[in-house]
Amino acid sequence: MTLTERLTRLVVWIAAAFTVVFLLTPLIVTVAVSFGSSSVFTLPPPDWSLRWYQRLATTRGLLPALAVSVEVAAVSTLAAMVLGTLCAIALVRGRFPGRDAIATFLVSPLMLPGLVIGIAMLQGFKAMGLRDVYPSLMVAHVVITLPYVVRTVLGALSLFDFTLIDAARTLGCSYPTALARVMVPALGPAFLTSGMFAFLASMDNYPISIFFTDAWTKTLPIQMLQYVEENPDPTIAAISACLVLLAILSLIAGDRLVGLRKLVDF
Amino acid sequence: MSSRTSLSAWRDPVALLAIPAVLYLTLVYAVPLFSLFLRSVTGPSGLTLEPYAAFLSDPFNWRVIGNTLRVAAWVTVFCLAVGYPAAFALARAGSFLQVTMLVAIILPLSIGVVVKAFAWQIVLRRDGVVSQLLLALGIWDEPQRLLFTETGLVLGAANVFLPFMIMPIYSVVKLIDPRLSEAGATLGATPLYRFLHVTLPLTLPGVVSGIAFVFSMSVSMFVIPSLLIGDRFQTLATLMGRSFLLMRNEQLGSTTAVVLLVLAVAIVVFSTWLARRLGGST
Repeated sequence: MTLTERLTRLVVWIAAAFTVVFLLTPLIVTVAVSFGSSSVFTLPPPDWSLRWYQRLATTRGLLPALAVSVEVAAVSTLAAMVLGTLCAIALVRGRFPGRDAIATFLVSPLMLPGLVIGIAMLQGFKAMGLRDVYPSLMVAHVVITLPYVVRTVLGALSLFDFTLIDAARTLGCSYPTALARVMVPALGPAFLTSGMFAFLASMDNYPISIFFTDAWTKTLPIQMLQYVEENPDPTIAAISACLVLLAILSLIAGDRLVGLRKLVDF
Repeated sequence: MSSRTSLSAWRDPVALLAIPAVLYLTLVYAVPLFSLFLRSVTGPSGLTLEPYAAFLSDPFNWRVIGNTLRVAAWVTVFCLAVGYPAAFALARAGSFLQVTMLVAIILPLSIGVVVKAFAWQIVLRRDGVVSQLLLALGIWDEPQRLLFTETGLVLGAANVFLPFMIMPIYSVVKLIDPRLSEAGATLGATPLYRFLHVTLPLTLPGVVSGIAFVFSMSVSMFVIPSLLIGDRFQTLATLMGRSFLLMRNEQLGSTTAVVLLVLAVAIVVFSTWLARRLGGST
């Protein structure tokens, strides 16, 4: 091995190690702070305690916000799965002009500034007479979740062999049965991956949700940011640590069901 | 003849399945965006560009545009410098390191940006991890605060966006046959020549889409600057958010929103064009 090759290898491994440490730092810091006893963020904490977790239950607004976020994320992900899958089938199977343009259009909300989309929607919904915060949140979040579903299901469908459905039909399955027993299992991983990322994107969204909140209805990121700005103490680290745990659990589930390497190809 | 085929293509029954999603997005997303744009160019007496003339003649707004582009550029450079070699490591690593890297990449993606920005508030403090590390390495003589500085903002944003640089590059690197470079070596090419003429051109489409992702996300980020740098430092997105949410200045807000929108669309269109060209030529 020449010197240049050794140097290249060294650079690659340093970058790899740095990436791992750099990306995991915020998570480790959050978890460490959440178990500390001090109310300022000293690291390592002087003593360990669970007081910030006990405070979670009594902190006003945090649990209702979590409930709102989970509900909105679940409903909007489900709606996006239906709309997105139907559309992906049309784009892969159909022979009509403008399919590329439609695909780009459906994925475009991912690439435009959320804040701009949010304000445009707020004004648009007002013009259409939709003023209630809760339904507005649901309707708006489908725009966040739809791109994830379309992108992943489109990719999986273009690899799917549609003659398998014809085969199932020759063997006596009705068309819906053939779809349910052949296509749905084959697309399972894509549904799971896109559903997971769509759900997380909705749970995490700040810039669109901020325009659809009032004093009673707030999503978790908005409530958390407000809390961080008003009284920054490790309570917020405690709820963050719970979210980290949730993410680890869903990652393990995703690895068991789909495999970690496939998850990255979303 | 051709009109007949396209007419029958339009009658393709499968196409009907696309209608709900397209209709939904048009109504809820495209029409509102378009009318935001329309309202920003119509005054009491018809079409006008006056708000933009006013916006662009204010030196403060140019500083805001400068801030936005400068921070986004630094974040992108940082992510590319770390992400490019890291993508190679991810593609070529043994299974243990590969799984470790995958977890490090996916796990933060599934945790909200508020959580990460909050964690960086702790990391970047005067007594935070970065400060202690640089002291221990002897790079700094005394502890310094990185929070509420531009460097801190770039570090925090790069941390959030790095996965979006690594992933597209990884997806092209893993398709490259390592024997290509070996073939170059047997033919007597130096490592640098092989990198510039074999590896780099093959990875360019991934690099372009990674840069486009990171740059456009950095241009439009809102939560990260609000937590890591504060109100003294405005970017287009924070200025827009403040005008709508705090100052209730709809005129300034809409103008800024359209400037930001045009910038984002330009990035997407340009990078798609570039990626297609590179993809076609290699």
